[in-house]
Amino acid sequence: MDVLDIIKPENQVFCKTKLMTDTPLSYCPGCGHGTAHNLTMEVIDEMGIAEDTIGVAPVGCSVLAYDFMNIDMTQAAHGRAPAVATAISRCWPEKYVFTYQGDGDLAAIGTAETIHACNRGENIVIIFVNNGIYGMTGGQMAPTTLEGMKSSTSPYGREIATMGSPLKITELIANLPGVYYVTRQAVHTHKHARKAKKAIRKAFENIKLKKGISFVEIVSNCNSGWKMTPNDANVWMEENMFPYFQLGDIKVDGKLK
Amino acid sequence: MTEEIIIAGFGGQGVLSMGKILAYSGIMQDEEVSWMPSYGPEMRGGTANVTVILSDERISSPYLKIFDTAIILNQQSMDKFEETVKPGGFLIYDPNGITHHPTRTDIQIFQIEGNKLASEMGNKKIFNMIVLGGFLKIKPIVKLENVIEGIKKSLPERYHHLIPLNKEAIRKGMNSINPYKVEEQLQNT
Amino acid sequence: MSELKLMKGNEALAEAAIRCGADAYFGYPITPQTEVIEYLMTEQPEKRTGMVVLQAESELAAINMVYGAASTGKRVMTSSSSPGISLKLEGISYLAGAELPAVIVNVVRGGPGLGTIQPSQADYFQSVKGGGHGDYKLYVLAPSSVQEMSDFVEDAFDIAFKYRAPVLILSDGLIGQMMEKVYLKEQKERMSNEELIEKYGSWATTGKKGRERNIITSLDLQSEKMEARVHRLMKKYEQMEKEDLRYEKILCDDAEYLIVAYGSSARISQKAVELAREKGIKVGLLRPITLFPFPKKQLFELANQVKGILSVELNMGQMVEDVRLSVEFKVPVEHFGRTGGIIHTPEEILEALEQKIIK
Repeated sequence: MDVLDIIKPENQVFCKTKLMTDTPLSYCPGCGHGTAHNLTMEVIDEMGIAEDTIGVAPVGCSVLAYDFMNIDMTQAAHGRAPAVATAISRCWPEKYVFTYQGDGDLAAIGTAETIHACNRGENIVIIFVNNGIYGMTGGQMAPTTLEGMKSSTSPYGREIATMGSPLKITELIANLPGVYYVTRQAVHTHKHARKAKKAIRKAFENIKLKKGISFVEIVSNCNSGWKMTPNDANVWMEENMFPYFQLGDIKVDGKLK
Repeated sequence: MTEEIIIAGFGGQGVLSMGKILAYSGIMQDEEVSWMPSYGPEMRGGTANVTVILSDERISSPYLKIFDTAIILNQQSMDKFEETVKPGGFLIYDPNGITHHPTRTDIQIFQIEGNKLASEMGNKKIFNMIVLGGFLKIKPIVKLENVIEGIKKSLPERYHHLIPLNKEAIRKGMNSINPYKVEEQLQNT
Repeated sequence: MSELKLMKGNEALAEAAIRCGADAYFGYPITPQTEVIEYLMTEQPEKRTGMVVLQAESELAAINMVYGAASTGKRVMTSSSSPGISLKLEGISYLAGAELPAVIVNVVRGGPGLGTIQPSQADYFQSVKGGGHGDYKLYVLAPSSVQEMSDFVEDAFDIAFKYRAPVLILSDGLIGQMMEKVYLKEQKERMSNEELIEKYGSWATTGKKGRERNIITSLDLQSEKMEARVHRLMKKYEQMEKEDLRYEKILCDDAEYLIVAYGSSARISQKAVELAREKGIKVGLLRPITLFPFPKKQLFELANQVKGILSVELNMGQMVEDVRLSVEFKVPVEHFGRTGGIIHTPEEILEALEQKIIK
C-alpha cells in the first residue's frame, strides 16, 4: 500500500485522542506519565465528557499536565490538589473533577489533603502516579522510595531506621469509609496499559454514579531519577517496585479486597 | 445622652446576656449601642466582663478605661473595676460573696441582693434580670417595654414563655436596690 | 428594606456573605474568628441560597479550596486569624499569581507565634506588603464597626471580581467579637451557572463547553512571560490606587495635629480626638479604610496643615512607616501603640499625642 493510501481517513486504525494537545511532552523518553495522560484523556473522550471535565494539575513533573491535556485545568499548589478538587466538585456537583498527582505531591506534602478529601468521600477521581522519587527537582527521596534505593537525598540508600518505610498511602486510604474504589495499576506494557485504562474508566463512571472517591494508583518508572535506561528501569520496576506496591484492585464498590 | 457601663462577674452569671439585653433595649428605642466582651479561655468558668455603651450619637471607642456605671458581681471584679468608675458615677453590686466592700466616697454606690432574691424566686437564672432591674431603677436609660422587646430579640423563641418571669425579676430588682453609704459603714466599724 | 439586628462583627460578616450571594465559604476554627464558620454552619446557607460551606482539615486546605472554587468563577470566601493567615499565605500568593478573585478575612490576634487571642493590628505588614512570596499586593479593607464588617463583604467581592484579584478584609478581635447594631442588606440571588459561564467563561475553568479550554495557573517557566504577568498585576494595583482608594477624615478641617489610625484603633482614637478637643487641642483623625491603596496624597496634603502626626496602631509601629513615606518627612511622625493583646485607651492615646507630638 502506498503511503498516500495509508493516510486516507478510511484506512486509519488508530489516532491520538483529540484531548491530548500537540504540545510535545516535557517528560523524559520512557517515562510513564505520557501514557497515563493519554489513557486518562482517552477515557474522558470516549465517555464524551470533555466539556464537563475539570482537571487539577499538581506540582512535580506533571505540573505542566495542563499543557498536554486539552480540557479545562487548574494548577494547584504543591500537595493541595485534593482540596482544590473538593471545592470545584462541591460548587459544580454535575462536573467530572479529577486530580493528577505524583508521589511527593500526594503522599508527602499533601498527605493531609489526600486523607481528608478521601475521608469526606468527595465525588472525584484521584490519579496517583507513583515512581518512588521526586523527578522534577532531580531525583530526591520520595515517601514511596524503596528501602535501600539511592536518590540524591538518600545517596547511601533509604535507611528505614532514620528515613522511615516507603509509604503505602493507597492501602491507607482504602480503609476510609468515604473511599469507593481503589486500585493499583501500571502502564509500562500494552497489557498493563489496557488494564489501567479500564480502571480509569471505572473511576470516572463512579463520578457519574456519585459514589465518592475513586483512587487509581499507577506504579511507574523514572529512568532519569533512577539513573537507568528506560528498559532497565521497567525491569527494575517489575522486580523491585511491584513486590512492594502490588498491582491489582484494593477496594471495589466500597468493599476491601 | 451617653451611658458607658461595665458589667463584670463570673462566667455563667449571665453577665454577657445582661449586656446583650441592655444593648438590644437601646436599639428598640433607636439608640446607638455597642457590646464589647472579654473573650477567650478566661470566660470558661472564670471572670467575664462586658462593656456596654448606649448613646444618642455615633459611638467612638467601644473599649474604655473608665465608666459611668459599673455593675459588679464578684470580688475579683470589685478589685478590678471599683477604681474605673468616673467620679460622680455609679457602682452597683451584689454583696453576696463580697468580702472587701467598696470604699470610694466620690461615687454613688448601691447594693442589690440579686443572688438571694433569685433563690427566693426559685430560679437562679433570673439573677441577671434582677440586677438589671436594679440598674434601671437607678438609671432609667431604657424603658421597661423596650427591655422586654430586647429580651424577645435576644432569646430564642423556645424560651419566650420565660418572658413574664424575666419581667417579674426586673420589677423585683427595681424594688430591691438600696444605697450603700461608705461613710456610715466606716463609722460603724 | 434592610433588617436591623444586634450582632457580633464576625456574625454580621458571615450573614453578609450569605446575603450578598456568595457561592462558597471554606474555613477552619481559630479564636477570635470562629463565630464566622459557627454562624454559617448554624444558618445552613446551603438551604437558604445554595451556598456551599465546608469546614476544612486545615487553613492550608481551606485556602486551596478557595483557590479551586475561585478558579471556576465562584464568589468564595474564607476567614481566619493571624496564625491561620500565615498558613494561608502560600495559597494567597497563588491566588494573586493566578489572578483569581477571592475574599479573605483576617480577624487579627496578637503575635508572633501562637501569641494571644486578644485583639491586635500586628499583621499590618503581612497584609499590605504582600505577605506571601512574590511580587504582589492585596487590596486591603479595614472595617472599624460591625456595620462595616457587614458592608465590606460585598464591596470586597466587587473589587475582587473587578480586578480578578484576592481581597483582604483586615479586622481584629475587637471588631470581630463586639456587638453593635447593624443594618443587613436584602438577600441577593446567587449567580446562576449559566450567567457565570457567560460572564467569566473567558477565563474560568468550568468545563470547555463551546469554547477553547481555559487554564488557571501561576506558573510561567519563561522569564519574559513571568515578567509580563507581574507587570499585569502591577497595572491592577496602579488602577486600584487611582479608582478604589477609600479613607475617612474626621475633624481634619481645622486640625493642628493629626492622628492616623485604622480599624479598632480608629474607633479608640476618635474618642481621644473628642477628649483632646474638650481640652482645646485641635486634633483631627485620618482613617484609612483601604490600607492598600494607602491615602498617601491625602496625608501629604495634611502634612502642609498640621504640626505633627501620631500613628496609632495595636502594634509596635508598622503603618507609621507608610505614614512617614507619605508625608516625606515634612512634619514629625511618631507612633503610639500597645501590643500583646492590650488595647490602648483613649486617655493613653491623648497622653501619647501630648508627649510625643505636642510636647
